[in-house]
Amino acid sequence: MEVETIPREVISIRNLWAGYEHEQVLEDINLSVYEGDFIGLIGPNGGGKTTLIRVLLGLLSPAQGEVQIMGRSVQEGRRAVGYVPQVVNFDRDFPIRVWDVARMGRLGHRRLLQRYTTEDNTLVAEALRKVEMFNLRKRPIGELSSGQRQRVYIARALASQPKILLLDEPTSNVDPQVSNSIYELLQQLNEEVTILLISHDMSAISAYVKSVGCLNRRLFYHGGKEITSQMLEQAYQCPIDLIAHGVPHRVFIPHTDSAQQDKKL
Amino acid sequence: MINGFADALQFSFMRNALIAGVLVSIACGIVGTFVVTKRIVFISGGIAHAAYGGIGLGYYVNYSLLPVLFANSASFSNNRPGSWPLIGAILFSLLAAVIMGLIQRRTRQRADTVIGVLWAIGMSVGIVFLDISEGYKVDLMSYLFGSILAVDRVELVIILVLDLVIIALTALFYKELIAISFDETFATVENVPVDAIYIGLLCLIALTVVMMMRVVGLIMVIAMLTIPAAIAGRFFKNMKLMMVGAIVLGILFTLVGLWISYTWNLTSGASIILVAGFAYLISLALPSLKGKQLKSA
Repeated sequence: MEVETIPREVISIRNLWAGYEHEQVLEDINLSVYEGDFIGLIGPNGGGKTTLIRVLLGLLSPAQGEVQIMGRSVQEGRRAVGYVPQVVNFDRDFPIRVWDVARMGRLGHRRLLQRYTTEDNTLVAEALRKVEMFNLRKRPIGELSSGQRQRVYIARALASQPKILLLDEPTSNVDPQVSNSIYELLQQLNEEVTILLISHDMSAISAYVKSVGCLNRRLFYHGGKEITSQMLEQAYQCPIDLIAHGVPHRVFIPHTDSAQQDKKL
Repeated sequence: MINGFADALQFSFMRNALIAGVLVSIACGIVGTFVVTKRIVFISGGIAHAAYGGIGLGYYVNYSLLPVLFANSASFSNNRPGSWPLIGAILFSLLAAVIMGLIQRRTRQRADTVIGVLWAIGMSVGIVFLDISEGYKVDLMSYLFGSILAVDRVELVIILVLDLVIIALTALFYKELIAISFDETFATVENVPVDAIYIGLLCLIALTVVMMMRVVGLIMVIAMLTIPAAIAGRFFKNMKLMMVGAIVLGILFTLVGLWISYTWNLTSGASIILVAGFAYLISLALPSLKGKQLKSA
């Protein structure tokens, strides 16, 4: 009977070391993500956030340790992952419509030489409606605002019917209102999918996610929502330079309970 | 002058030139759209120039190798280079596409340097092969600057076959080609064989480049590959429309260029490129469709 109440582990990272030729960026990472989780990982630039995502997507092989998604290898398990990339160096002139971008979420379900099916179209329409972008489906992607574009990328991830949503800095290029609306959307989606996101925007994260971790080469995660000053101190190992809502590079008072301060903002 | 051009169509070489222009524009429009949107102009230039090595090899085979192998046969005593340079160029450009693609994917840094080096090696191989080939080599310039008026029936058939191959492969792998052009990382995560598709695209470029060499010449291949697609891209925000637009523009540029070339007795390849180049500059001055849509919305 107890088995039913224990949520299923969807991502399992054990003693992971990873990085590039001469430098390990991630050191001894351990993380269990359970079904229904909504985890935000924060950390400084260069702290290994993107490296961790690359490992989870199978784009970078670990130097040591083991990573499993849905109990399978990353290459297999990533079929269950809906990936929402950080939008950088976006080519506004790329000739593609919202609908065609979202439909790329179906690529993994169709083999080479196989066309998209009506089932694909239904799922893409459903995904676009969920993020409220269905009405703009015929728009060229370059004519959208950055917030709308982020929603389209979320729809693309949803179209693949993922068990897990993996987001890389989902609000890095949008203003605070839009950022809030995206987090509200994610909170809604979390009723159906597990979400793991990374961000340097700590104040926005803490209001919406269920649990928070700090990543700076090592991961400090206890499954709770509170970011303790101890976690921050361990993660950052220096006076903390946090970025607040709409106020870039505002420095909080170091080593205090900044999670509570964020709520007031 | 228009009448004069119409009269010129009585000549089979002029008709062949027009057919070649249309066929090449089709490949150019399709492949050029990927080159422009995926921003792989430099590697396309590398493939084009490396193909020159194949032309040199083709000449060598035709003038020095075959006459020795078939010394008794009269059919190799002609002065025409035949299809060997074209076949050589197809092989060399495909080889260059695969090698350059693999290097670009496997090495982490300075892939553009390696491509630049292969670009030069390919050309040099061609020149050296030409040096050691026997016989008359004036036709050589026609591959550098194009000689659409010299396209013969056999070459037309080769160009048609290449066209069909390019259209078929693009249609078959359309969703993957768009996916790797738009967002390669996402395509990888969706388990699309990204590297294979990319090298396939480079091979399509290689085939197109070989066809275009005949029309505008290898030095101006890049212009003809990019200009029609670039203009079309300013007005169409949809990949398929962009391809159709680029094809129509390519045909238009070829026709106008040929007419100018015929009327004032100018080099055909350069005339075509000048028409395309001016059209591109004019298109930059025009407001794009995007601006119009925003105003009306």
